[in-house]
Amino acid sequence: MTPQVAGPVLRATGIHLSFGGVAALSGVDFFVNSGEILSIIGPNGAGKTSLLNVISGVFRVSHGEISFEGRDLARSPAEDLARMGIARTFQNLALFKGMTVEENVLVGRHALMSSGVLACGAWWGKASGEEATHRARVAEILKFLGLWELRHARADTLAYGLQKRVELGRAMAVEPRLLLLDEPTAGMSHAEKSEFMSYVLDLNRTRRITIILIEHDMGVVMKMSDRIVVLDHGVKIAEGVPDEIVENRDVIHAYLGEQ
Amino acid sequence: MGDLIYAIELLTTGVFTGLMYSMVALGFVLIFKASSVFNYAQGAMTLFAALTVVGLMPHLGLAGSLLATVAVMCVMAVVAERIVFRPLMGASQLTIFMGTVGFASILEGAAQIVWGTKPQGLKLDIPVEPLKFGELLVSRQDLFAAAVAGVFVGALVWFFRNTRTGLALRAIADDPAAAQVVGIKLRRVWAIAWALAGAIAIAAGVLWGNRIGVHFAMSLIALKALPVLIIGGIDSVAGVIVAGMIVGAAEALGEGFIGTYIGGGVQDVMAYIVALLFLMFRPSGLFGQSTILRV
Repeated sequence: MTPQVAGPVLRATGIHLSFGGVAALSGVDFFVNSGEILSIIGPNGAGKTSLLNVISGVFRVSHGEISFEGRDLARSPAEDLARMGIARTFQNLALFKGMTVEENVLVGRHALMSSGVLACGAWWGKASGEEATHRARVAEILKFLGLWELRHARADTLAYGLQKRVELGRAMAVEPRLLLLDEPTAGMSHAEKSEFMSYVLDLNRTRRITIILIEHDMGVVMKMSDRIVVLDHGVKIAEGVPDEIVENRDVIHAYLGEQ
Repeated sequence: MGDLIYAIELLTTGVFTGLMYSMVALGFVLIFKASSVFNYAQGAMTLFAALTVVGLMPHLGLAGSLLATVAVMCVMAVVAERIVFRPLMGASQLTIFMGTVGFASILEGAAQIVWGTKPQGLKLDIPVEPLKFGELLVSRQDLFAAAVAGVFVGALVWFFRNTRTGLALRAIADDPAAAQVVGIKLRRVWAIAWALAGAIAIAAGVLWGNRIGVHFAMSLIALKALPVLIIGGIDSVAGVIVAGMIVGAAEALGEGFIGTYIGGGVQDVMAYIVALLFLMFRPSGLFGQSTILRV
């Protein structure tokens, strides 16, 4: 099940993040191997989303180093993320509500479009070669996700599960080498969940996209993950392959409390 | 028959005047779409632009001074982004709104220091005698103003739909965090939005200046834009155009027909009466996105 591992693409060392006096993350170390699915799990408030936010530049670390493909990530603003080859989705719906499905995905191409003198790169009518490329890629993504028929619908008129899929499409449009998914299936029905995760697996297996996944559903986590990192109260309490994690006493303790 | 011609004349004049309100309102829509902020400074920007055009005209001619003013407004946009938006990034909308109030004061002050406080005339070279369509008289000036407004609207609609920056602007308005993550640079896009709002201010300033002269009351036409924004919806380009025409028509017809009975002055309140009706029955405007807030 584990794809060929070509060493870590992302490495975080001694990550500290505090808000005022409250430590959200203290001394977290972890790495992600190229081509794997790494899940981050932990009870509510364990610091999972905070960890994703420091990786994606939404929060700045208080101390620590994060490198992605050898480049410093801890001090890069969120605006540079896409250009470095990283995309993410958000825990809450973060679609551009006033836009169509197609436009939402097209915005994902922003960093890949050349800015030119006017910073416009207008596309209409008989388009330039560049525009045609972007359009074609967006069409491909929409078809892959089964959203082609809905491309002209306004994003906020879609059902929740479909909106999450549009968000995945927008992240795909970035052409990331690393994809960060923050509880993508929270609030989905069982059927929606397995459908969504089959897309994620496909991206990982056939397109070799490395994935960091935050997920609450343990069934999903155990089935999909190559490795798992467990956080509790901002501290990493375990790390390993799924079989090791289910056996780990600290993890059981964190989830179930004192027996 | 005379009454009908009179009504149609009032209506056309009203609609053309209304389009000029729309021009001013467009500036608000642009900034609102980009940052969900009501830019109080739009009126001051209009005044500032008009004064700059008038001030430079003797030296550079009309075309030259328009070009130079575009450059000035671009600098203004970058300054606005620096002193209003960048320090207030992430602050509440009300805070940023107050920032724009402060920026308006700065602009008005700067305009007075540079160009003085005297009212200025601004005349475009458009013949005064009206065009005749049968019995109908239409002012060339109004027609020209409406055409300019039309061009700007068309260009803006196209810009929002079909350009990378236009799309980025809409993305930022909807969800700044998600927009940043796909690589949209907030500061740059905001500066572009302010520059465009500056360009609209130039057009509105010149058109209004040609009609009423350039003086400090000009920054008050922002108040006329307010009912237009309420009726049209502050996030809708198409909405403010239609709303501008409604307001203009209501003013002209109100003045022409009701004004004669109650002694005039109806024009000044019509816009607000229509806006009030909209607030009661359609608060998000004609085409505005209705947002239902859960409290």
